[in-house]
Amino acid sequence: MITGKIKYVGRLALFAVAMFGFGYLLVPLYDKFCEVTGIGGRTAEGPVAESEYLPTEPDLSRQVTVHFDSNVNSSLPWHFEPVEKTMQINPGKMYETAYIATNYSDQPVVAQAVPSVAPGLASLHFNKTECFCFTEQLLGPGESKEMPVRFFVHPDLDEKTNFVTLSYIVYQNDDATENHQTAYN
Amino acid sequence: MTDTTLDNHAHQPSGLARWLFSTNHKEIGTLYLIFSLAMFLIGGAMALVIRAELFAPGLHLVNPEFFNQMTTMHALVMIFGAVMPAFVGLANWMVPLMIGAPDMALPRMNNWSFWIMPFAFTLLLATLFMPSGGPASGWTLYPPLSLQGGNSLAFVILAIHLMGISSIMGAINIIATILNMRAPGMTLLRMPMFVWTWLITAFLLIAVMPVLAGAVTMLLTDRFFGTSFFNAAGGGDPVLYQHIFWFFGHPEVYIMILPAFGIVSEIIPTFSRKKLFGYTSMVYATASIAFLSFIVWAHHMFTVGMPLGAALFFMYATMVIAVPTGIKIFNWVSTMWQGSMTFETPMLFALGFVVLFTIGGLSGVMLAIVPADFQYHDTYFVVAHFHYVLVTGAVFAIMASVYYWLPKWTGNMYNETLGKIHFWWSTFWVNVLFFPQHYLGLAGMPRRIPDYAIQFTEFNVISSIGGFAFGIGQLLFVYIVWQCARGGEKATAQVWDGARGLEWTVPSPAPLHTFDTPPDVNEPSLAAHTRGV
Repeated sequence: MITGKIKYVGRLALFAVAMFGFGYLLVPLYDKFCEVTGIGGRTAEGPVAESEYLPTEPDLSRQVTVHFDSNVNSSLPWHFEPVEKTMQINPGKMYETAYIATNYSDQPVVAQAVPSVAPGLASLHFNKTECFCFTEQLLGPGESKEMPVRFFVHPDLDEKTNFVTLSYIVYQNDDATENHQTAYN
Repeated sequence: MTDTTLDNHAHQPSGLARWLFSTNHKEIGTLYLIFSLAMFLIGGAMALVIRAELFAPGLHLVNPEFFNQMTTMHALVMIFGAVMPAFVGLANWMVPLMIGAPDMALPRMNNWSFWIMPFAFTLLLATLFMPSGGPASGWTLYPPLSLQGGNSLAFVILAIHLMGISSIMGAINIIATILNMRAPGMTLLRMPMFVWTWLITAFLLIAVMPVLAGAVTMLLTDRFFGTSFFNAAGGGDPVLYQHIFWFFGHPEVYIMILPAFGIVSEIIPTFSRKKLFGYTSMVYATASIAFLSFIVWAHHMFTVGMPLGAALFFMYATMVIAVPTGIKIFNWVSTMWQGSMTFETPMLFALGFVVLFTIGGLSGVMLAIVPADFQYHDTYFVVAHFHYVLVTGAVFAIMASVYYWLPKWTGNMYNETLGKIHFWWSTFWVNVLFFPQHYLGLAGMPRRIPDYAIQFTEFNVISSIGGFAFGIGQLLFVYIVWQCARGGEKATAQVWDGARGLEWTVPSPAPLHTFDTPPDVNEPSLAAHTRGV
């Protein structure tokens, strides 16, 4: 009876510890799941090679509206806006647009833009070959900068999807900002 | 074994030490139940602050920050302080008695798992007196909001860790007891339903409490140690928190209802003087509900946006839960069918449970419908739904169980007249309290908001009146329990003439040590009290 107890307690305690680990395992699982399925609207974190994805023949028979959206985290002293609100595009063709960011504080500020695409499943087919979101952006006091995005939408995009939104939120990178401000002052 | 038996009869410390050092399952059960009652009253007082503020539109009594702390703390106290410890207390008292075991498998750990709780709740409640106030982001602690409050978050998270450790230790103890300490002849499929539901609940607890611990630890490191699990600026994702939280949260709601199913499955046969209808299907239905609880979590978060396929999956999986739940309700009704029913207070509460829990279940099916959920999400309709399943569900079942087993615990009958008054008073006012909230939600009143548009006034007034009347009525319950503990008509061992089960073979009040020699369940003299093979 006593050994029976110890057997159960040991196994059950191990199960509890394993479930604690499982909670943490959900983090990479979730990332991987979002990456594979496109759920969550995430896009690739680095540039997509043009040669690899861009088909030779763009699909001129189809038009998709791309809407550009911008958000600024409340602690970041920036204005941040797309140059164009919308764009009519053909899948399979390369396009370029830009966002304009202005630092209205009297200090240098480093920020990071985080992209997201809606509807989520469209993010698998929305490819950026160049984007200010791949690296941190530094703006001096009062500085304004036009930041380009080059992208194409792959013709595999679901037929029913004819409206895609590319949205950015910019956040302050506190550590990098502090370093630059110390150097500036 | 013999040594231990001799030993624990010998020294019985008195006074406070008796309770601090007790390893007796009955005393620890009593401690859990008293603790739960205290938390029920504290959490109830918080609910009355909420209902008082909502009595009229505009801000009158408390400031919005404090109101938000009240909604958050009310939920945390009621879930982790009132409902869960009450069920653990019942398991402590009744599971060994029902399976013919002398005590819980791990009596010292049992002591520890109870005595963690007062410390956990001291930490949690102390946050209300800290400069930054208590948690105010709702009991779900969604980031980024929960990370924008004060440093008291660290206390809340530590308190949740302690509650989790206590629950896991309690669950391990219950499983070890049930699987290892059943009397000879007590096979798994001869166990009372309450024991079955607790066995399954204990597995749910061990599976999901550590996941909650992980989720809040991530919040802690995000808030204080610079990690970015849920911080989008650092590459994290706040929606991830919702997934992890509800992976815990949905099984959690069944942790709070499965033991209630078990209680009702004990009481209805007793007062119908019939065996439980469909025992085996009850066991399988309970196991099915437990399994399904792991694959429906995203129905709490349809509005974060997900692909159609995922939304459909979670919608259908959620609706499937209505099938095993329906089986249970069918079995309870069939148990009563052509039974010689009497309506003592435990039976009244059990019947109230069946009717009112079903109302909560039906509004749950409504909430499962994705397009409808987009309208209902975060409105008072959700508040009405989960209060029907938790107050008229879990809490009514706990009250039913207290009336049912109180004579066994104290050796005295409670005052039946007062018990019936308590039932009818509670049932009337709880509906006045929560039913109008369905209409408020359908009309668009959001939850967790201290003020509201004036067109919501009438229903809020009705709801608040119901809230105060229901709340005051619970003082009667405290009085009835106190009166019964002090004395009254002596109870027989059998207590209820239709009662079946090993717990009714021991004297009332149950002596401190029972079944030191395990009963042989196959013995003919026990045939009336055990299920056939």
